[in-house]
Amino acid sequence: MAKQSPAPNWQDLALGCATLEAGSSRYQKTGDWRSSRPIWNFEQCVKCGVCTVFCPEGCLKMNADGYPQVDLDYCKGCAICVTECWTGCISMEEEKD
Amino acid sequence: MAVRKGIESSLAIAEAAAACNVDCIAAYPITPQTHIVEHLSELVNDGVLDAEFIPVESEHSAMSCCCGTAAAGARTFTATSSQGLALMHEIMFIAANLRLPIVMTVANRALSAPINIWNDHSDVMTERDCGWLQIFGENGQESTDLVPICHKIAEDKRVLLPIMLNFDGFIVSHVVEPIEMLTREEIATFLPDYEPQQRLDVDNPITMGPVGMPEVYTEAKMAHEAAVRNAYGPICEILEEFGQKFGRTYKPVETYKTEDADIVFVMMGAASETCMSWVDKVREQGKKVGIVRFRLWRPLPVEAFKEAVQGKKVLGIIDRHFSPGGAGGPVAQEVKYTLYGEKDAPKAVEVVAGLGGRDIDFDTFDKIFDRCQKVLDGGEVPPFELIQARGGHYGKI
Repeated sequence: MAKQSPAPNWQDLALGCATLEAGSSRYQKTGDWRSSRPIWNFEQCVKCGVCTVFCPEGCLKMNADGYPQVDLDYCKGCAICVTECWTGCISMEEEKD
Repeated sequence: MAVRKGIESSLAIAEAAAACNVDCIAAYPITPQTHIVEHLSELVNDGVLDAEFIPVESEHSAMSCCCGTAAAGARTFTATSSQGLALMHEIMFIAANLRLPIVMTVANRALSAPINIWNDHSDVMTERDCGWLQIFGENGQESTDLVPICHKIAEDKRVLLPIMLNFDGFIVSHVVEPIEMLTREEIATFLPDYEPQQRLDVDNPITMGPVGMPEVYTEAKMAHEAAVRNAYGPICEILEEFGQKFGRTYKPVETYKTEDADIVFVMMGAASETCMSWVDKVREQGKKVGIVRFRLWRPLPVEAFKEAVQGKKVLGIIDRHFSPGGAGGPVAQEVKYTLYGEKDAPKAVEVVAGLGGRDIDFDTFDKIFDRCQKVLDGGEVPPFELIQARGGHYGKI
């Protein structure tokens, strides 16, 4: 699972198949599991940030303008942000490709 | 100088673990292993042993806890038997594949049902595939000596695997024997402080036990296979070193009076000692018979075993466990694996005996010998048989 090679030989694995690099799960771009993506209506958004708090992936951040921004490399489309947004400004759009 | 004293083997084994200066013991009591953890808990409570004793609610938790403490870099010891070992089953594979050098003594006992607390090898044999090293002691002295040996093997940088030390429940565990007890100082000259190669450390974080996708699982298994097989060399070295230091040398495959024998019994555990007395008796009657015992069971000492039975005509293989409706007993299966395709391989008479505490006595050995003698005289090799079953094995099936 390491960064250097996705297909290591058995001799190259760490002891007990351990992962020696902290935070290496970021190399796994799990966003491609997604079947639909969240879309924000910024006219309705009040920049409260509740979506960023509830995102279980930690892939939502507030951008320079103070609006939430999604990192689609990791967003799995779980729609928890949609459920938690009290203004109803987030909707899900199906991934076409 | 080591002290020789009359002591119950379980207590001697617990004392040996304490003399190894273990850091952590997580265990759950189960007959016939209870006295080991009971005594260790006393030693910790009384301040004799500076270790964490973690009483847990089940063996599943015991082994899980041991994985945690071993991963944190602690010298870890536990003990179990039978149902307890079965309850540990899923964590056994994890301990092995995470390469955690845990030492576990197993007082071998039958598995239920029917409920039976007495000795056979069904508990250990059903754990053959879990990837632990497995070794057998045949009496209290051996089992006590093997505790520091096991810690040294498990923690060797070339090995780093958990190891299961087996001995027969009650037959060994509860018997008071004169045992030469090595002192803490003596063991310290043989077993250095444990220095983990990698451990859980907040200042240097690593992940132990990450997901292994199909792309890497096979390689992880291959690495484990190599580790278990390659442990053989270090194991031999460590057994030899112990022998040179303390005068008692153990070998992966032990033999007794096999030099001129045509018929050789293959077995393991304490019944081998009864068998030695039987061999001495029947040799006076001119019967050329010897014994080959597996002390090391994982890794399977294939070459040493082949050498031990080289030129023998008939093997009487005694299993203390079997696979119902399957290929007989595990020892017989693996012996046949080592000999399949070998030129002039000895014939194999396979019997299952000593299940759930049934005594294996001289009469049993006589019966097995008779079957072997018939094969030696040119008779057909009989099918695998539960030789002690009243009513006969194949009579009414």
